[in-house]
Amino acid sequence: MATIASLKKGQKAIIGEMNSNEIPLKLLEMGCLPGNQVELIQIAPFKDPLYLNINDTFLSIRKETARLINVELINDE
Amino acid sequence: MSKQINVALVGNPNTGKTSVFNNLTGLNQKVGNYPGITVEKKEAIIKLSRNLKAHVLDLPGTYSLNATSIDENVVIELLLNKNDKDFPDVVVVVSDIENLKRNLLLFTQIKDLGLPTILAINMADRMDRKGIQLDIDLLEKRLNTKVNLISARKNEGFDDLKKSIINYQNISLEPCLYASEIDKAYFESLKKAYPNQELYKLWLVITQDVNFGKTNRNKIPAESEFKPKSDSEIKRLQQKETIKRYQFINATLKETLTKDLNLATGLRAKIDRLLIHKVWGYVIFLAILFLIFQTIYDWSSYPMDFIDESFLHLSEFVKQYFPSGMLSDLITEGIIPGIGGIVIFVPQIAFLFLFISILEETGYMSRVVFLMDRVMRKFGMSGKSVVPLVSGTACAIPAVMAARNIESWKERLVTILVVPFTTCSARLPVYLIIISLVIPDERWLGLFNYQGITLMLLYLLGFGTAVVSGWLASKLLKVDFKTYFVVEMPDYKLPIVKNVVYTVVEKTKSFVFGAGKIILAISIILWVLASYGPTEDFSNAKEIVKSQTDTSELTEEELDTKISSYKLKHSFIGYAGRAIEPVFVPLGYDWKIGIAIISSFAAREVFVGTLATIYSVGNDEEQTIRNRMAAEVNPILGGPLFTFASGISLLLFYAFAMQCMSTLAIVKRETGTWKWPLIQLFGMSGFAYVVALIAFQILK
Repeated sequence: MATIASLKKGQKAIIGEMNSNEIPLKLLEMGCLPGNQVELIQIAPFKDPLYLNINDTFLSIRKETARLINVELINDE
Repeated sequence: MSKQINVALVGNPNTGKTSVFNNLTGLNQKVGNYPGITVEKKEAIIKLSRNLKAHVLDLPGTYSLNATSIDENVVIELLLNKNDKDFPDVVVVVSDIENLKRNLLLFTQIKDLGLPTILAINMADRMDRKGIQLDIDLLEKRLNTKVNLISARKNEGFDDLKKSIINYQNISLEPCLYASEIDKAYFESLKKAYPNQELYKLWLVITQDVNFGKTNRNKIPAESEFKPKSDSEIKRLQQKETIKRYQFINATLKETLTKDLNLATGLRAKIDRLLIHKVWGYVIFLAILFLIFQTIYDWSSYPMDFIDESFLHLSEFVKQYFPSGMLSDLITEGIIPGIGGIVIFVPQIAFLFLFISILEETGYMSRVVFLMDRVMRKFGMSGKSVVPLVSGTACAIPAVMAARNIESWKERLVTILVVPFTTCSARLPVYLIIISLVIPDERWLGLFNYQGITLMLLYLLGFGTAVVSGWLASKLLKVDFKTYFVVEMPDYKLPIVKNVVYTVVEKTKSFVFGAGKIILAISIILWVLASYGPTEDFSNAKEIVKSQTDTSELTEEELDTKISSYKLKHSFIGYAGRAIEPVFVPLGYDWKIGIAIISSFAAREVFVGTLATIYSVGNDEEQTIRNRMAAEVNPILGGPLFTFASGISLLLFYAFAMQCMSTLAIVKRETGTWKWPLIQLFGMSGFAYVVALIAFQILK
């Protein structure tokens, strides 16, 4: 199953069901919700954290959190 | 008799809420703290119309009413407490046009509390450039409220906003959505248990208690059949509520907002490519830091020299025109040098806050957080620790408070513990004066000033020690907490001059009046201790010196100096200083520096003022503090007291020692126990002593 952590730079995906209690509420409040689009903008120099555009909000989260969020890839071509 | 209403400004971070507050209120704002906690409280009273005044309160920025920090908690505690004297008659939710979707989450929550809630959409001047169109009328209808477009940057739309505030009673109190729909049965039983309470407020009280772990604020009536849910069930419901609110917001914005996507990005991506580049990103960050410290050193030396000279002339002037006596001595030797010792830091502090607030305002600080997170985590901290560490160069107190943004307790604790190692502005005057005494004022390769380089190295030493001790602390600390990290990456913006100026003025003012009081008090106490003595030796100094020395070979002036220094030696402070001298001699200091170090435990910047007071008591000639210090003689080794060895030793001592009561107090407040401040006090100061000792013994 793909997660935000497995996205490549520039890839877009749709956020799937969120089943973990470990996902911080703050992330949901920033718009990281099932059905919303996420794009991986940039990966920081030491491969962590990730710079995302979720639902038009630009934010950065660590890989350990990104691994908890399932996504479905969009074929943009 | 005019009426006064309470207006509360609420909004997400990075929406320009503070600029909106500045534009609404001008410079007549009052900055203080909320009772019992160190969260900054900004308020002002403004005139809305002939007979209506408003008390405007700028609440801390928050993304929602689900508070996770003390700052955010202030917002919700106020909105839930009808009896608070600041409880708002009307709430203005400040949002920004580009992040309207996210900003509306907070809006809908506040609206559901049944308060008149105005939506002020800031940065409206960017709409054209970003290709954004908004149907205000429809938005007002959907949200059941008054919507105002404003621009704090261009100062537009504020008259309309004030009009909306004046007419707040016309705003509908109907909520946007009913949170109870997320679990009908639960909310139904909640209502039965507390029939007289508003449902959404009840829910917030419950979630707040779960968030902050204080579960017995409201006892559940025994007779009711209300079944409380487990914490994890409550968390699920909070997630559900958030999703529901976003569904409403998405549907609303679909009808009202259009965005031309081609215009929307572009600049951000271009600047990001450079600023968070894997090589250039770090190079630029270091270059910016270097530039800041060079400028602080170069630019502030002029106003500082001027201030130093001015206070000297002032003393001279008062001495001439005041009848001589105890009062005149107190003023010219105690109070004026004491105040001078405070004012002289103003240029550096102002410059430092100028740069820090520009970095924050432009959005660059978030990029630094992003770049540094992986690196900082190696040292037990978070990318967000960079902000406290950088603001620690101004003052450790706001820096310790800035660590609140760090979500993980362990990373936050480590940051708080190591922040006092960063070179705060209180160390700066000590560094500057010692550097000017022991480091040559020459240029390396004809370009970089040696003194500037030394200062830069001291800053790097501060950061380096902070980081290394962070690594050590994270290995030693056995705290296991869930960590997470969410950072907003705001758009790049040109800083708003007004905001920068306000920050600089405000921070400098609070330094001068906050730290200034302590410095002034200590200067006066020191003057008294240095001007009186317990024994015959002090009161009969003149006779004793005359009888002991061959006066025929001395000029009048030399005799006076001898008498003064004999007096000082036998004053209260002289006895105290010489009692502790053995502790400091191995580091290359005399008892006067010893006294200055002891009094530095109130606040480091007292060092220079203390020496100024001690030396001006011992020396009547018109000289600057620096010249007086250069003329001091080492009592044991002979030769100048301030040599390269003792200077470096002193610099290192000040770099590492924990010498700030206010920082200890704030650490106690933020961590809730004396354990951590005591560890800092003894750990840092012990380390400082050892390092300074080794340095002096090797270099002498």
